[in-house]
Amino acid sequence: MNAFPWLTTIGVVPLIGSIIVMLLPAARTTLAKQIALLISLVTLGLTIAMALQFNANSTEPFQFVESTSWIPALGISYSVGVDGIGLVLVALATTLVPVVILAGWNDVENAAGKGSVKGYFALLLVLETLMVGVFAATDLFLFYVFFEAMLVPIYFLIGRYGGAQRSYAAVKFLIYSLVGGLFMLASLIGVYVVSARILGEGTFDFLSLVGLEMDSTTQRMLFLGFFFAFAIKAPLWPFHTWLPDAAKESTPATAVLLIGVLDKVGTFGMIRYLLPIFPEASQFYAPVVIAMAVIGILYGAFVALGQNDMKRLFAYSSMSHFGFIALGIFVFTSQGGTGSVFYMLAHGLSTAALFLTGGFLMMRRGGSSLISDYGGVAKIAPVLGGFLLFAAMSSLALPGLASFVGEFLVLLGAFSRYIWVGVIATLGIVFTAAYVLRFYQRTATGPAPAAMVDMPDARGREITSLAPIVLLTLVLGIVPGPVLDVINPAVERTLEIVGVSDPPPTVDIGEGSQP
Amino acid sequence: MNPENYIILSGVLFTIGAIGVLVRRNAIVVFMSVELMLNAANLAFVAFARINGNLDGQVVAFFVMVVAAAEVVVGLAIIVTVFRSRRSASIDEPNLLKY
Amino acid sequence: MIGNGAIIAADVAPILEPSSAATGIFAWIWLLIALPLAGAIVLLTTGRWTNRFGHLIGVATVVIAAGLAIAMLIEMMGRSAEARSFEQTLYSWVFAGQFQVDVAFQLDQLSMVFVLLITIVGSLIHIYSIGYMAHDPDRRRFFGFLNLFVAAMLLLVLADNYLLLYVGWEGVGLASFLLIGFWQYKPSAAAAAKKAFVINRVGDVGLSLAIMLMFVTFGSVTFESVFSSAGGASDSTLTWIGLLLLLAAAGKSAQFPLQAWLLDAMEGPTPVSALIHAATMVTAGVYLIVRSNAIYDKTVFAATTVVVIGVITMIIGAVIGSAKDDIKKALAGSTMSQIGYMVLAAGLGPVGYVFAIFHLLTHGVFKANLFLSAGSVMHGMNNGVDMRRFGALRAVMMITFGAFMFGYLAIIGIPPFSGFYSKDKIILAAFEQNTIVGISAVLAAGITGFYMTRMFTMTFLGKARWDDDAHPHESPPVMTIPLIVLAIGSLGLGASLYYWGDIVEWLAPVTGYESRPIAIPTTVLEAITLVIVLIGVAIAVLMYGKSVPIEPPQKVSVLTIAARNNLYDDATNDIVAVRPTWYAARFLVWFDNRIVDGAVNASAAFVGGASGRLRRLQNGFTRSYALVMVIGVIVVFGVLALVGLS
Repeated sequence: MNAFPWLTTIGVVPLIGSIIVMLLPAARTTLAKQIALLISLVTLGLTIAMALQFNANSTEPFQFVESTSWIPALGISYSVGVDGIGLVLVALATTLVPVVILAGWNDVENAAGKGSVKGYFALLLVLETLMVGVFAATDLFLFYVFFEAMLVPIYFLIGRYGGAQRSYAAVKFLIYSLVGGLFMLASLIGVYVVSARILGEGTFDFLSLVGLEMDSTTQRMLFLGFFFAFAIKAPLWPFHTWLPDAAKESTPATAVLLIGVLDKVGTFGMIRYLLPIFPEASQFYAPVVIAMAVIGILYGAFVALGQNDMKRLFAYSSMSHFGFIALGIFVFTSQGGTGSVFYMLAHGLSTAALFLTGGFLMMRRGGSSLISDYGGVAKIAPVLGGFLLFAAMSSLALPGLASFVGEFLVLLGAFSRYIWVGVIATLGIVFTAAYVLRFYQRTATGPAPAAMVDMPDARGREITSLAPIVLLTLVLGIVPGPVLDVINPAVERTLEIVGVSDPPPTVDIGEGSQP
Repeated sequence: MNPENYIILSGVLFTIGAIGVLVRRNAIVVFMSVELMLNAANLAFVAFARINGNLDGQVVAFFVMVVAAAEVVVGLAIIVTVFRSRRSASIDEPNLLKY
Repeated sequence: MIGNGAIIAADVAPILEPSSAATGIFAWIWLLIALPLAGAIVLLTTGRWTNRFGHLIGVATVVIAAGLAIAMLIEMMGRSAEARSFEQTLYSWVFAGQFQVDVAFQLDQLSMVFVLLITIVGSLIHIYSIGYMAHDPDRRRFFGFLNLFVAAMLLLVLADNYLLLYVGWEGVGLASFLLIGFWQYKPSAAAAAKKAFVINRVGDVGLSLAIMLMFVTFGSVTFESVFSSAGGASDSTLTWIGLLLLLAAAGKSAQFPLQAWLLDAMEGPTPVSALIHAATMVTAGVYLIVRSNAIYDKTVFAATTVVVIGVITMIIGAVIGSAKDDIKKALAGSTMSQIGYMVLAAGLGPVGYVFAIFHLLTHGVFKANLFLSAGSVMHGMNNGVDMRRFGALRAVMMITFGAFMFGYLAIIGIPPFSGFYSKDKIILAAFEQNTIVGISAVLAAGITGFYMTRMFTMTFLGKARWDDDAHPHESPPVMTIPLIVLAIGSLGLGASLYYWGDIVEWLAPVTGYESRPIAIPTTVLEAITLVIVLIGVAIAVLMYGKSVPIEPPQKVSVLTIAARNNLYDDATNDIVAVRPTWYAARFLVWFDNRIVDGAVNASAAFVGGASGRLRRLQNGFTRSYALVMVIGVIVVFGVLALVGLS
C-alpha cells in the first residue's frame, strides 16, 4: 500500500543521529545538542507526515506495513505496522523526544564520574529508535527484542547521569525489568511451541497468533508470563517499587521518557497482545487485574499524599494513573479501551509537564527535590508558577484538558461494566485533587524560603519546551475528535476479538416512554 | 592374555594418580600424578581398541598424548614461575585466587 | 396584596419539544463564551506589557457579552413560549462506542436568565474591580481569572448536555480556586483555595457518577434525551441520579454537609466574593437541580432530600451569619442561608422551581450589592473586616451606606424591595408543600432580619470604633456607580421581574409550574412573615443599637460559640475525612517503603546473602577443588549404577 517505509525510516533516523552525535568530539557539547534536537525534530516531522496519511476508516488491521524475513528457521520476521493505538503512541514518543532534549539542554555537564554530554543525547536518540520499534513491531519476537533492548539506554541514562543514588536505582530498575522480561521470554517460547503445534509451523507473527485456538489452561499459563512483564513495566500495584527510585534518581528528561513513554509499553502490551492473543485468559484474569488497578489508583494517590519528595510524588501519581489505564483495558468496554489509549497519550503529556516544570524548579534550587525546600513560586516566578499550576491541573484531569477525556472514558467504561468498580475508582479523583493541590500549595504558594527569593522566572528555552505540551494538552482536551477517530476502530477490533460487547443502556432512548 | 586385566590395571593406575593429586602437596608430584591419570586413561583407550577391534581408541590415545605434552609445557611453566616468586612448590600456598 | 393576583392560573408542564436550531442572532451563542475566554487568554498569556490596559480588555469582553445577551433576550421575548429554546451544535467532542457527546449549546428561558445575571452582574463587578484592585500589582492577572470565570460559568449554563456542563462546572471551580488564592503568598488564602477545590471535588464525584449512571441508563447524557426518557427508568435509578446530582449541587453551592469551604473562601478579594461566592457560581447547584427537574419530578425521595438539605443549610447559614464579626464571613453565612432557600424551593418540585430561580436572580443582585458595599467599606477602612471596629460609617460614605441599606432591605424582605417578592414566594410554596418546611423558612427569615440588622447597625450606625490609623472615605466613582446600579436592582428587580417580566410564565415552559391551595390566606402569611422579620430586626437593634464592645464578649451562649466556630464543620470534616486520610496516607507510605519495597529488597538481600555464603566454597585450595571433582565423579557414577547404566 505504502511504498515508502515510513516506520523504518522514523526508527532509523534517530539511530543515525545518535551515531553522528557519538562521533563528535566530546568538547563540542553545544553542537551535539543541536544535532540531537535537529534529528529529533526531523523524526517528529516524519511522524506527522505519516500520521497525516493514516486512514482511520481502513479495514486493514495495520497500516504502513513492512515485512522482511529475519530468522526464517524460527518464523521470525522484521515486520512493522501501526494501528490507531500504535500510531498514537509512536506519535507520543516522537513528540516528547524533542521536547525533553530542549528541556534537558543543561541537565548534564561533562563531569568526572558521570557520562559525557554527547553520550546523554545519543542515548536519548537510541531510546527513541527503540520506542518507535516497540510500538511499531507486529512480530512478537521483534517486540520482545525492542522491549528488552530499551533497558540498555535507560539503564545508562539513569546509572550514568542520575542523582546520588543512581546506581542503586538503575540496578533495581534493570533487575525488576529483567525478571519480568524473563517470564515474558518463557511465555514467548511457549506461544511459539503452541503455534507450532496448532498451525503446523511455529510463528511469532502477531496476526497469525490472533485467534489461535489454545486450550484455556495453556492460555492462562502463557498469559501470566506476559502479564507479569507488562505489570512490572506499567507498573501496576504491587510491582511498582522500582518506579519511585528510578524517577527520583533520573534527570527530568529521562523520567519523562521513562514514565511518559516507556512505561506505556506495559499497558500497550496489555491491549495489543494480551487481549487478542489470550482472549479467554484475559477474561479469566480480568477481576484480578481490575482489583490490582483499583488498588493502584487509590494506593498511589494515598502514598503520593504522604510524600515529601517531588519526584517520588510524581512517580506515585503516575502509578495511580496507570491504575486507571489498566482498569480501562480490562473492563472490556469501548469507552474503557478508548479511554485507556487516550489516557496513555494524555498521561504522557501531563507527566512531561509535571517532570519538566519540576525539573526547572529543582535546577534553580540546586537540584533539591524536597517539597519543603520550596514555596511561593507563583509570586516569585509567575510564569513558572503558571506552568506548575497547569501541570497540576492536567494531572488531576481537569475537564477541558486531555487527561479528563481519558479518565472520564475509563471511569465510564468501568462503571458501565461493574458499577462498584466505577464508583470506587471515581473516589480516586478526590484524593488525586488532594495530593496535587497539596503539592501545589506547598511549592507555589505561601512565603518563599530565603534561598528562592532571587530565583529567575522561566526562560525562553524552558517556555519553548513546555509550550507544545501545554498546547497539545489543551487542544486534545477541547478537540479530541481526530485522535478518538484513530483509536476507536483499533479498540473496537480488539474487543471484537475478545468477543465482548458494551452493555446496552437499560432504557432505550427511542422508546423512552412518558409515565 | 585377558584384555580385562589391562582395564583393571588402568583403573588401579588412575586411582593411584587421583589419590596422589589429592594427598600430595608438592606441585611436581601432583603433576606427575596427573600424568599418571592421563596415561591410565590412555591404557584404557588402547585396551578398549583392542577389545573392540578398531583403531578409534588408539587414535584418541595419541590425541591425549599430544594434549598431555602441551599441558606439561604450560603447567611446568606455571610451576616454575610460581616457584621463582615464592621459593616453594607447594600447591596449598598460592591460594589467593578465591571468593 | 402584592404577589397574589399575578400568579398565572393554569399549571404548566415542562415542554420537552426538541429545541430549534440556532439561527439569526442565536447563531452567536458560542460568542458569549468565546469573548470572555479570549479575554482570559490574552490577559493570562501576554505578560507585563498588557498591565496598563489589561483590565479594560477584561471589562470590554464581558460588557460586549452582556450586550449580546440583552439583544438575545429581546429577540427571545418576541417569540412564542414554545419557540424560545435554541440549540447550537459545534462539533463532536468525546465519542467511544455508544457514548457520543457534542460540544453543543442550548439557550432557553432558564439559561437566558442565567446568562443575563452572569454577564450583567459580571460587568458591574468587573467595572467595580478596576477601582478595587487599582493598587494591586497583579490586577491584569485578576481580570484574566475573572474573565475565565465568566466564560466557564456561561459554559455551565449554556451546555446542552451534562458532560459539557461538567467542564463549565470544573472551570468555575478552577477560577474560584485561583481567585480565592489570588493572594497566594498568604498561607491562609492558599489553604482556603485548596479546601474549596477539594470539597468541590467531593461534589464532582457526585456529578461524575450521575453522568455515568445516566449513560448506563439512557445511553446518552444530553438534557433532551435524558429528560424525555426519564420516565422509563426505574425509581431507584432516578433516585440515585437525583441524590448524586444533589451531592454535586451541595459541593458547588456550599450546602450541608459540604458547606465548610464557603466561609474560608472569603480570603479572596471582595469582588470575587461578590461575583463567584454570592451571585453566580455558588448558585450553580440550584441551576443543576432546576435544570434536572424532569428527574426530581419523578423521585419523591431525592426531592425530599433536596428540601431537607436546603432547610438545614438555610438554618445553619443564618445561625453562623449571626455570630460572625467579620463582615464578609457574616455575608457568606447569609449566602449559604439564602441558597438554602433556593435549594429548598427547588426540592419542592413544580411549585418551587420558578421561585428558586426567581430568588436566585434577585439574590444575585442584592447580595452582589451587599458584598460590593462591604468591599467599599473595606476599601475605606484599610481592608479591615472586623465589624466591631467599624460603626458610624454612614456619615463618611453616604453612597456605600445607601447601597448597603437597599441591599439590606432587600434581603430581609421588606416590600417593595426585591427580596420580598422572591423570598415570600418560596415561603408560600413551602407552606403549600409542608407546614414544617414553611415554618422553618419563616424562622430563617426572622434570623435573617436579625443578622442583617446586626451587620447594618454595627457597620454604619452607632459610635465610631475605628482603629487609630483608619481614615474612612468614600470610594471612587468607578466603584460607586456599579453600587448604585445594583442598589437600584435591589429595589426594583423583584417587582419588575414579577409583574412586568412575568418570571413565572417565562420559566414555566422549562421548569413546569403548578400552584396548590394552602390553608392560610396568602396575605396573612405575608403579614406573619413580615412581623417575624421585624421581631428579628428589633432584637438586633436592642442588642447592637446602643454600644458594641470592640473585643467580642467571651461570656456568650453555647450556640454563639458554636456559631463562631462555624458550627464545628471544620472539626467534623477533620475527624470524618481529613485525619483518616492522613493516617491512611502515612500508613501506606510506611507500608510501601517497608513492606512492599521491603519485600523486594529482602528478596534481593536473600540472593545476595546466599551467594555470599556459597562463594565461601571457593576457598582457593586447588586440592579441595580436585576433591570436589572426584566426589562429583563418584556420585555421578554411583547414581548411574543405581538407576542402571544401559
